[in-house]
Amino acid sequence: MNSVRVLVGTQKCAFVLTSDGKRQRWELSSPHFVGWEIYHLTGSIADPNRLYASQYNSWFGQLIQRSNDGGETWEPVGNRFVLEGGIGNYEGYDGTPQAWEFKRIWHLEPSLTDPDTIYSGAEDAALFRSTDGGQNWKEFRGLRAHHSARRWQPGRTAMCLHTILLDPTNARRFFIAVMAAGVFRTDDAGETWCAINRGLKSQYIADPNAEVGHCVHSIKMHRTRPHVLFMQKHWDVMRSDNAGDSWQEVSGNLPSDFGFAIAVHAHEPETIYVVPIKSESEHFPPEAKLRVYRSRTGGYEWEPLTKGLPQNDCYVNVLRGAMGVDSLDPCGIYFGTTGGEVYASADGGDTWMLIAQRLPPIVSVEAQTLP
Amino acid sequence: MIRLILPAQLRALARVGSVEVELRIEGQATQRSVLDALEAQYPALRGLLRDHVSQRRRPLLRFFACQEDLSHEPPDAPLPQAVASGVEPLIVVAAIAGG
Repeated sequence: MNSVRVLVGTQKCAFVLTSDGKRQRWELSSPHFVGWEIYHLTGSIADPNRLYASQYNSWFGQLIQRSNDGGETWEPVGNRFVLEGGIGNYEGYDGTPQAWEFKRIWHLEPSLTDPDTIYSGAEDAALFRSTDGGQNWKEFRGLRAHHSARRWQPGRTAMCLHTILLDPTNARRFFIAVMAAGVFRTDDAGETWCAINRGLKSQYIADPNAEVGHCVHSIKMHRTRPHVLFMQKHWDVMRSDNAGDSWQEVSGNLPSDFGFAIAVHAHEPETIYVVPIKSESEHFPPEAKLRVYRSRTGGYEWEPLTKGLPQNDCYVNVLRGAMGVDSLDPCGIYFGTTGGEVYASADGGDTWMLIAQRLPPIVSVEAQTLP
Repeated sequence: MIRLILPAQLRALARVGSVEVELRIEGQATQRSVLDALEAQYPALRGLLRDHVSQRRRPLLRFFACQEDLSHEPPDAPLPQAVASGVEPLIVVAAIAGG
């Protein structure tokens, strides 16, 4: 019988939740990496027992941890992330040139076929790859060499590369998203990149056709249709049917189209999930009701999913990396909150149960389906 | 033999059971030679006390010995004789900051 492992990164440690395929009874591990911010904890599809964690704190900087036994034991691997030279500067908050600097890793994306190959997204925005299980890292210089890079600006939080999507049908194509610049695509395995932000509307940008400057919060795809991308932007939920060449808004009847996380059903490519969040500054659910919204039509028409979720006095947020799906049937949906709760649905979102609570603020949630 | 006291998080990472680690230094005992020896003996600590590229001390760490703050001493300056001879430890202190 299948089982599920949910990987949870928090501001103070990481946890692993496990359950059998029924997903009704969950076991919470002891905390891993106590005292460290875990920006992302994820597993390899090629070898589900190969896990990677991005571990950071302001005293000691960046670590990457690797597990070969599904999170039972861990070992630090390489943490030498060196930015390639000759790129120039970017424009800082005060309009002065800022030198690029490696600060931390926000996102880890294992290869779809090789457990030793993994991509990582950094702050300042840069893309790295390791082909030896995380021991050594090399930057894709071409991304920061993009002509728009000098105009990328940090959002309130950071100028970071927070999302990486690998095309399962084309090993030379992948997508990345940078806060607050936008989405970029390579079709030559990272040598060159194009900005793919046509159709994004950002009210704070004077130029309605701005190539970059868009605060993209997350993008996702379904593995069978990698040319269809779904995006939760700072405002607006968007989709692209041509691998990002153009985007259209699909916010429809959402109570707020602001949010951070977005997910795609494992078996229904047009079924997507978001967690609407109120306004830019409040960052909690509208009406203090925690609701996941599901669209079975690839956007436009949305239904609230509330059974098992708190419907009063809820003031948590769900961050961009804190939502994942398993691949069982029915599909399981999981998300974590800044209030330290992990919710799970074993029926595609119809009903929810609280599977962990009182954890530190949750930054990332990934679900693994195990044989 | 140099005695070095590390913050608890680094001891856990390096799987050091005792409060102090002992390091054998070839040549003069300096901050650089101590960190070189530390990183050679405990590779998991590479890049955590000083930046990989610039080799600069991380901003929220300080080096103390003999009741003196040595953090701003040049990395190749000799450590106090009491540290070099193992009478006093070199202490790495993580700032009490950040909650």
